[in-house]
Amino acid sequence: MKISNFIRDHNVVLTAALAVVIIAGCGKKPEPAKPQTEVPKPPPAAPTASISVSPNSIERGQSAEVRWSTTNATSVSLNGGYVSGSGSQTVSPNDSTTYNLTAKGDGGTATDSARLTVTSTPQQVQQSKPPVISETDAQWFARNVKDIYFDYDKYDVRDDAKATIAADAAALIQKNWNIQIQGHCDERGSTEYNLTLGDERAVATRDALIAAGVPANRLSVISYGKEKPVCTESTEECWQRNRRAHFEIKK
Amino acid sequence: MKRTAIVLAALMLFASAELCAQDAQINTGINKGQDRVRLAAADFKSLSNDAVLPPLLQTFNTTLFSDLDNAGIFDMVSKSFYPLEQPGSPNEMKLDAWNVPPPNTAMVAFGNLNVQGGELVVAGWLFDVKNSSSPLVMGKQYKGEATDASARSIAHKFADEIIQRLGGGIAGIAESQIVFISNRTGNKEVWMMDYDGANQRQITTLGSISLSPRISPDGSRIAFSSYAHGGPHITMYSLELNRFVSFPRFEGTNNSPAWSPDGTKLAFSSSMRGSSEIFISDISGNNPKRVTAFTGGNLSPAFNPKTGAQIAFVSGRTGLPQIYLMDADGTNTERLTDTGYAVSPSWSPNGQYLTFAWRRKYGPGVPGSQDIYVMDAASRKWVQLTFDSGVNDFPCWSPDGRHIVFESIRDGRAQIWTMLADGTQQKALTTAGQNFQPNWSFK
Repeated sequence: MKISNFIRDHNVVLTAALAVVIIAGCGKKPEPAKPQTEVPKPPPAAPTASISVSPNSIERGQSAEVRWSTTNATSVSLNGGYVSGSGSQTVSPNDSTTYNLTAKGDGGTATDSARLTVTSTPQQVQQSKPPVISETDAQWFARNVKDIYFDYDKYDVRDDAKATIAADAAALIQKNWNIQIQGHCDERGSTEYNLTLGDERAVATRDALIAAGVPANRLSVISYGKEKPVCTESTEECWQRNRRAHFEIKK
Repeated sequence: MKRTAIVLAALMLFASAELCAQDAQINTGINKGQDRVRLAAADFKSLSNDAVLPPLLQTFNTTLFSDLDNAGIFDMVSKSFYPLEQPGSPNEMKLDAWNVPPPNTAMVAFGNLNVQGGELVVAGWLFDVKNSSSPLVMGKQYKGEATDASARSIAHKFADEIIQRLGGGIAGIAESQIVFISNRTGNKEVWMMDYDGANQRQITTLGSISLSPRISPDGSRIAFSSYAHGGPHITMYSLELNRFVSFPRFEGTNNSPAWSPDGTKLAFSSSMRGSSEIFISDISGNNPKRVTAFTGGNLSPAFNPKTGAQIAFVSGRTGLPQIYLMDADGTNTERLTDTGYAVSPSWSPNGQYLTFAWRRKYGPGVPGSQDIYVMDAASRKWVQLTFDSGVNDFPCWSPDGRHIVFESIRDGRAQIWTMLADGTQQKALTTAGQNFQPNWSFK
């Protein structure tokens, strides 16, 4: 359970409260000679508390916003942690959570709560495939192991790809995974020749990663030629996106 | 030489200075120096009122006329010029109705269909209507099931007889098959069809990516390349047994298999030992021997079908792919194309010509068009067959040497097209989904 704690400075609250009282007090004129009747002070206003969460149902991994506001409170807490009198917070709990707001003041205590429901993502139908890599691994991999791009009809690692090779190698060295390097080509050119060109790209990428320290026995290669493009427009931009070595974890 | 002259004239219109330098006198077996024979194919008649006959007759007549028209050696007389009374048997044949205008034909094919004892019986004749003393060239009888498929098959057989008789002894292709790749089921699978696009049927159901199918010389097996188990690997399918037969799964990228004409060897491209080289093994994949040794990719081998002693192939050893020739043991390598991007060689059955796909202008950005060319292997002289019509690739010669089937991307979708070996009579054979990499059977 994630609870965001905002601990306010008690002193400021109390000082402010005191200031209110003093100021209120200062507003009073000195009483003229009066009959000795004691006018009872009005009771302090009761605090109010209001909290909401939006949306109130999310899938695990998504976020929601908690908003609260209070009045006449000297001390406000949210799920046990002190917060300001009013505010908002983005939350992303793994499980369903109730947010309890408590506002205490001279006039009493007020509470309110809001419930955030967290549902799991739908399960894929299990097929006889290799075990599903956990989401965190796949996300980490996508962030840290980037594709290598090539010039047309070329399979040598470009100067501007060398930094990517170094970064990819550094990332791969940290993990134990077996990696498949996939070589691809753009849509121009012939099916059979592109199989050999994709093969050369995958091999060149593998060799560069080995030179950068990735253990050779963790790397395998495959060529897809022009059979698995990521885009199909006949533009320079799309062609470049397809001329690539792409990486996948192989379990 | 009328037709070659027309081709030459067409070339002159489209030619650049470079093309003009080529002497385009290539004789690809279309009209070897003679005018096409004028041939009429009368609608065969039914001999009885059996209800089964009319649709069979329709199929037979359409198929027969098509086959003769496709053959590339006849000047088919249009049916609108035929006499009103058409013969169903020799005693109904009136020569003088045919050997003068409007039909003015030299030859007439005619005959009849009947159903006897549940069997389809076809009688067909070929008459030389300019020879009044002895017009009979040939008479044939066929029997088969009373089905559409059987009517079609008999029409193919009769057409082939006529083609062989009048076409200088070269066997007709009306019963030949084309294997190809189709993605119409959502995956690239191996498919097969009759030479005219009829009877398209799915051969593999691998649910993966299949490429480069090549049928064996005896028609019993299809070798192709498949990702069904990674690879891709050379995969062997037996049409006789209707199942896959084993072939080793070599390391690396394995593709573009090719059969030797005697059916005992398979050449293919493999990166099993590093970069893609051409290997030759027996047809079970035993003892693969490497026959090329150059980086840059060596692929798409094709054995000379007449001798089996030479292999045409593609190599990227100088950069962009070019067509090369070598002896079947890997010696005497020679480069055949001099520029651009050249791929997918295929031999004519007489072993004299190569057809291949060529982009003569290739560079960054949009390349020039990719077209089908024919080159004389000895003189290196070449002719362009397709012009400004999409991206054309994977040409494959027919067993009669008169036709070339190829893949063409026109309007954004790849389809299988056929044409005469002089570039005329181009027409699409497929329309469903996208279709690629056709390969013609050896007979």
